[in-house]
Amino acid sequence: MDTAFFLRWIAAVTERVRADRDHLTDLDRAIGDADHGANLDRGFTAVEEALAAKPPETPSAVLTTTGTTLIRKVGGASGPLYGTLFRTLGRAVGEVPEVSQEALAEAFAQALAAVMKLGSAQEGDKTMIDALAPAVPELRTSFDAAARAALDGARATTPMRARKGRASYLGDRSIGHQDPGATSTALVIDALRAA
Amino acid sequence: MVGIVLVSHSAGLAEEAAALAVGIAGEDAPIRPAGGTDDGDLGTSLTRLEEAVAEADQGDGVVLIMDLGSAVLTARTFVEDRADVVMADAPFVEGAINALVTAGTGAPLDAVVAAAEEARTIGKLC
Repeated sequence: MDTAFFLRWIAAVTERVRADRDHLTDLDRAIGDADHGANLDRGFTAVEEALAAKPPETPSAVLTTTGTTLIRKVGGASGPLYGTLFRTLGRAVGEVPEVSQEALAEAFAQALAAVMKLGSAQEGDKTMIDALAPAVPELRTSFDAAARAALDGARATTPMRARKGRASYLGDRSIGHQDPGATSTALVIDALRAA
Repeated sequence: MVGIVLVSHSAGLAEEAAALAVGIAGEDAPIRPAGGTDDGDLGTSLTRLEEAVAEADQGDGVVLIMDLGSAVLTARTFVEDRADVVMADAPFVEGAINALVTAGTGAPLDAVVAAAEEARTIGKLC
């Protein structure tokens, strides 16, 4: 997977976030502050501009620019979380022209650990980790398998009681709603198939 | 002097908490607010945090006191690259006052962090 692949992936994520913006915000209205779709759309629109302004020359540069821009532009908790995900991917793949499936899977494993550490979150807390953690091992098999695992993981957050993030203030009232962060993470993983 | 930066979801909350701390503890050490997004909405701005740290930094280190959510996550992301900036796990208002009193005595970074975190153990009704 070369620089063009990673640019196509980020472009696909940007497009999907834009299309699903209102859906993500609706999910966040139920158990959060109704800004997840708008925040991610603003962030990835800024990423689109940053990548166009200074076209990166390596996969690592695509990922690092994406992460840094998200941290700067999102404004909500998803900025540092997704920013750390992409920046860790960028660091982990290293300055190489092409990334193997194996290396990308390993980079995702490091990114998962970094996001869990940043948010002090575990699987089952009703967060993006519930979509990301089951997807990461499947990346060694195929993007299709990873996308399925992420989507299943996101759906499985519905009966969970939130233990991290804004929804945790709701306690039992967070039960019965799919987590917006897990939903957007499933979208990010699914976009790998379009790259 | 150790500097203090108050990182909040709300620009108004950060500014008023800093003003309250100065009113009680004096202004011997620098304390700066970093609240709200770049547009002044509820949320956290890395740019505002960077600017506040630059203003509060006198070379002896800076303590960050956060309220919640993205303020904590943004602070955590920021300190990854800065060994001289440390987060205090402290109540926002009481931690700010404790930290400013201690920083004003010329105490070192670890003592200011400890003072801020001590605010957690002091009850209001006993």
